[in-house]
Order: sequence, then structure tokens, then C-alpha cells
Amino acid sequence: MINDASLPLAFEPGGWNLPSSRKVALVSLILTETTLFSIFVAAYLFYVGKSLTGPMPRDVLALPVLATIFLLSSSVTVVLAERAFNRDRVGLFKLFWFATIVLAGLFLTMTVVEWRKLIYHDGLTISTNLFGTTFYSLVGLHASHVVVGMCLLSLVFVLSLRGFVTIMHRERLQMISWYWHFVDAVWIVVFTVVYVIGR
Amino acid sequence: MATQEIALPGVSGSSVSLIERLHGLVVTVDHKKLGLMYIGTALIFLVIAGLMAVSIRLQLVIPNNTLLEPDVFNRFFTMHGTSMVFLVGMPIIAGFGNYLVPLMIGTRDMAFPRMNAFGYWMFLFGGLLLYFSYLGAPGLAGHGSAPDVGWFAYAPLTARAFSRGHSTDYWILSLLLASVGSTVSAINVIATIFALRCPGMKLMRMPLLVWLMLVTNFMILLALPGLSGAQIMLLIDRYLGGHFFDTQAGGSAVIWQHFFWIFGHPEVYILMIPAFACLSEIIPVFSRKPIFGYPIMVGATAMIGLISVSVWAHHMFTVGMTSVGNTFFAISTFMVAVPTGIKIFNWLGTMYGGRIRLELPMLFCIAFLFQFLIAGLTGVMLAVVPFNWQLTDSYFVVAHFHYTLVGAFLFGIFAGFYYWYPKAVGRLLDPRLGLWHFWLFVIGFHLTFDTLHFAGFLGMPRRIFTYDAGRGWDTLNFIATVGALFQAIAVLLLAINIVRSVKKGKLAGNDPWDAWTLEWSTSSPPPDYNFATMPAVRSRRPLWDLKHPEDPDWKYE
Repeated sequence: MINDASLPLAFEPGGWNLPSSRKVALVSLILTETTLFSIFVAAYLFYVGKSLTGPMPRDVLALPVLATIFLLSSSVTVVLAERAFNRDRVGLFKLFWFATIVLAGLFLTMTVVEWRKLIYHDGLTISTNLFGTTFYSLVGLHASHVVVGMCLLSLVFVLSLRGFVTIMHRERLQMISWYWHFVDAVWIVVFTVVYVIGR
Repeated sequence: MATQEIALPGVSGSSVSLIERLHGLVVTVDHKKLGLMYIGTALIFLVIAGLMAVSIRLQLVIPNNTLLEPDVFNRFFTMHGTSMVFLVGMPIIAGFGNYLVPLMIGTRDMAFPRMNAFGYWMFLFGGLLLYFSYLGAPGLAGHGSAPDVGWFAYAPLTARAFSRGHSTDYWILSLLLASVGSTVSAINVIATIFALRCPGMKLMRMPLLVWLMLVTNFMILLALPGLSGAQIMLLIDRYLGGHFFDTQAGGSAVIWQHFFWIFGHPEVYILMIPAFACLSEIIPVFSRKPIFGYPIMVGATAMIGLISVSVWAHHMFTVGMTSVGNTFFAISTFMVAVPTGIKIFNWLGTMYGGRIRLELPMLFCIAFLFQFLIAGLTGVMLAVVPFNWQLTDSYFVVAHFHYTLVGAFLFGIFAGFYYWYPKAVGRLLDPRLGLWHFWLFVIGFHLTFDTLHFAGFLGMPRRIFTYDAGRGWDTLNFIATVGALFQAIAVLLLAINIVRSVKKGKLAGNDPWDAWTLEWSTSSPPPDYNFATMPAVRSRRPLWDLKHPEDPDWKYE
């Protein structure tokens, strides 16, 4: 019988390396988010062309080229920001990080413009027809993720302005950037499904 | 034992007032306390939902009974099913995972302790919100009470026109909250298993429980968004005038069924795998043999996880799918029986030739093996499409899934209670009361659910609130209700045992079962920091190595 609250056993030779818990957690989060998006994408694809009344996608949807450029280039700036951060170039880091926030904001602005046109000009709301229901749900789900990402980015930016972001936060910044890449990757899927296949 | 106590500020002995202790529960981020809170809360919900089941059985005890009004009956079976899955099954898994995983892999807490607490409180408030529906759901119009649309809430019954008031909204929102809790808890367990193993604890050296928890939590991540997504769509339909499930506007009620069961069927395995996990720890210890075919067990679990995400539409054979669809889902359902069968053979292989100790945890495991076998066989029967057409939505189905969820899941979890209670409390559960619990529950279980199979064969549909005499169902229903009372008494005995043994049980010591995994190396209950010095392991059975230095496992691995 062992009556000792410990179990010291011979340590095996060689190092003991484990993955970082943050990375595992973030990958798991992305996995579950991917499943959530898959459900909405499946619903969108299932209902393509099943609306009983107009307006139809081909009549009202335009390719959101500008918005796509904004969002995809924000993935580049966030990488540049991270690189600058790792090289200890704080000014450059803040610049690129801010650029990422601005690009995300521009993307959301483009979404606002698009939705405004759809609602006021084309009369398409979430309750108009199946296309409206599925379109606003899927694009809105993605946009809500952009908003969350923007909040995270802005929080880091404000903290970095006040000098609270140091090299010990390196991995946290990396996690935000991974999440941001995920949001961008989802946009590519949404773009393809909604604006290419669904039109 | 006491030599290793380290005095920590704010942690004193037993002289703490009740308020301080409750406050301690609210602010705690300790995985052991949270684990026990999960399990304790789940047991309370188990009693509530169990009483609903007993009321349902009492209503059905004789033909044309008037104990429950029809709409009360509908609420009871909905709340019973929803509670048992989301407020009993899921938190018990989270509780076992929280309590045992860090101890078994030799670490001091979960990877994200605060997120862990967040998960528990989300689950608790989800549960409270669901039950608050009895008061809150009527809303302004006065319609509605607790949810009454069945636990799978088929469209279009949930549309605003057919489900007035807020009962369905409470169902949606409370489960969304609980799902957030389950998701963060799953992420946390996965991160803990990958990132916090003690030195030497390679993946293929982890106790099987940890492996099975890993698979289960991955399945939670893959399956739960199916439900959450569908529920968000339903909210959009109900509140923003969407048309996802609105057939009048081209929507489809069937796609709700698809989305629900994409979640719903993996959910069955999410619940079952932790019960398998308990068996995989308990059977070797009580057979005095290492588990038979460890890598096969890991592989079979992963296979169950993979296949179970492609079997969902076997719940929908009568909905009018194509014959290709029917065939695919029938075959995939047959296939999932293969890794499940492998597991049964491995447990039997572990017992074969072992020196079996028939103590309480082992008794529950043996009952599990018999009952799970029958549950699996009726499952294969139901996967035969024409057979399914005949018996779907009958009491045969009710009997089948209660065989899995009571006869297997609950028995596995009870085995886990008797096995790990001494670790968590420091005292053994009273074996005499335990035997009464075991036998009453076994007898009650078989009285209820064996007979219900036959009621199903004789055409009794599920969810009817009463029936006419002379259809051949009377005797069967009477026996089933008597069995339900047996089970209720058995659970009452378990509750008494759990409460009583906290003070009066036999002292357990560190390792009452002469077991082999790391949690038995520390004191019972473990100190806040779990291990005074971090352990390092060289084999799958570190305590065997420690107890038998002349013949350690690591020489053979």
C-alpha cells in the first residue's frame, strides 16, 4: 500500500514535449465552428433555387469583390503584424495590427452597404423568401464572427497602445491571428457558396 | 498521508461555515470540485426527470387512466427526455471527465480552470432556464407552459402557429446555453489531455478512460453544432419570420430531422462512450488482469466515433427517403455494431481467466455486458429497414433506447460511482445498501423494459397518454409500472447511500481496490494540488510498476 501523495518514478531519458494547450484549444474551437458553419452551408445549398417567390439571387446579388479583397488582405496584414511583433518592432506591429482592424471594418461596411441595398432597394429581408432566410443567416453568421474577431483585435490594439502587450503575449496574439485566418477561410467558402454556386 | 499536506492560505480543515463552503463552490475553479458539482447537479436532475418517468408509468398503469392530463403528459415526456440527455447524461460525462482526467494523466488541474467553471455555470443556468419554463413560458398570451414538443422537437410542431407561448423558446434557449457549457468543457478536456500529461504519459500509455473521454469530447465538438445550428434556424423562423422549416414557403420539415439527428445519433455514442470508459477501467481491476487488447480498444472507440456520424438517418426510415438513402444508413448502422462488438469481446477477454472479484462496481459492469448486448441486438434489428417500418415510434423503440441508456449507460455510470466514490469522498459506499440498490435496479429494469419490447410488438405507439382496455397491453403496462417503482426505490437507496457514506462509510485509504492508475496514488480525497510531486510514468499501469518492482510492466511494453 502506498500512503504517499506522490508517485515519483524513474524519469525516462529524453525531453518531454507537449503541444501548447492554447493551440489545442483553438484548433478544437475552430473544429466545432467549422461544423456549425457546415450546417448553415448545407442549409443554404439545400435551399438554393427553392424559393417560391422573388427576389432571386441572380437578380439582386452582385459579386462582393471589394469586400473580399478587404477581408483577404487583412489576413496578410495580421501576419505582417505578427512578424513585426516577433522581431520586436513595436511601431510596425501597431501599424499592421491597426490596418487589420481597418480592413475588417471596411469589410463590414461593405456588408452594410450590400444589405442596405438588398433591404431598401430590392425588398429582400430575412422573412421575404427562403433565399432571404438562408442568405442573411449564413452571411450574418460569418459577419458576427468578423465582429468578434474585430473586438479581439481592437482589445489587443488598445492594450498595445498603453504598452501592455509584451513578448509574453506572443502566443495569444498568434491565436487571435489563427482565429482571424479561420474567419477569412470561411469567407472563401461563403463567397463560393452564396455568390458563385448559389447565383 | 498527512505528511504531504501543504498548508495553503484560505484552505483550512472542517471548521468552515456553510456560507463559506457555498461561497467556495461558487468561486471555485478546482477540477475536482467542479467535477463533483457537475455530478451532484446531474443527480438532482436525474431524480426530477426520474420522477417524471414514474408519473408517466403511473398514468399508463391501467387503461383509460386519468392521473395526468394529456398536455401534462406531453410536457412530462418532453422534459423527461430533454433533462435526461442534456441535464443528466452530458453533465455526468463532464463531471467524470473533469474529476478523473487530470488525476489519471498526472496533472494538477485542467488546462483552463476558469473556462471550466464557466462551462459548469452555463450548464446549470441552462438547466434552471429549462425548468423555469413552467413559470415563464405562458407569456402575455397565456399559452404554453413547459416544452411539450418531444425531446427532438420535430418541425412543424415547433412553428409559431402550432407552439404558441414561449415553451419552445425555453427549450431552444436553455439547450443553447447548456451546449455552450458542453462545448467549452469539451475543448478544455481535449486541451488538458493533449497538453498536460505527466512525463512519460504517452498517448498510448493513457488509461483507457482518458482515451475514451478524448473521443467523446471530439464527438461533442463535431455533433453539438448540428443541434445549435438547427436551433438558431428555428429561432429565426419563430422570431424573424424565417422559412427554414416552413413548408408553406418552400422550406422543409424533414431537414430539421436531418439536422437534429446529425446531432442526435452521435449524442447516443457521446453518452455511451464514457460508460464504456468506466467499464474499461473497472473490469481489469476486478479481474486482476490488464485490459485485453488495449490498442484495439482505442481503435474500436475511434471507429465508433467515426461511423456514428454517418448513421443518423436510421431514425428517419419512415420519412420517405430514397432506397439508396435507406440502404446507406442501414449498412452504416450495421457497421457500427462491429467495433461495439469488439469492445464487448475485449471486456470478456479481460475477464476470461481472471481472478474476478464480485464487488459492486464489477456487478454493475457484468449487468452492463448482458444488457448492452441485448440493446445492441435490438438496435441491429431496428436497422433492418422493413422491420423498422413496422416498429418505428412504437414501445419497441422506447424499450430499445432505454436498454442502452438505462441498462448500459446508467449501469456503467453506477459502476463508476461505486468505484470512484471512495477516491472523491475518502469513504466507501455501504456495500449492503449497494447490493440492495443493484438487485432492485436490475429486477426493476428488466420488469419495465423487457416487457415494453412486447408492448411494442403488439403495436403500442410511444407517447400516447392512455389506451383502451383489451388490446393486450394491459398486463405488460402494469408490469412495466411495477418495475419503474422498483427502480425508483433503488435510486432512492443509492441517494441515501451517497449521503450517508460521506460521514459513516468505511475509510477507504488511498487505494481501496488495489488498482493501477495514477488517481489511486494520491490521498482520498485528493489534496487541492492532486500530487505533491509530479508523477512520471513508464507504462500503462504505473501503480503496478510501483507495487511490483520485481516484475514491472514497462519491461514488456
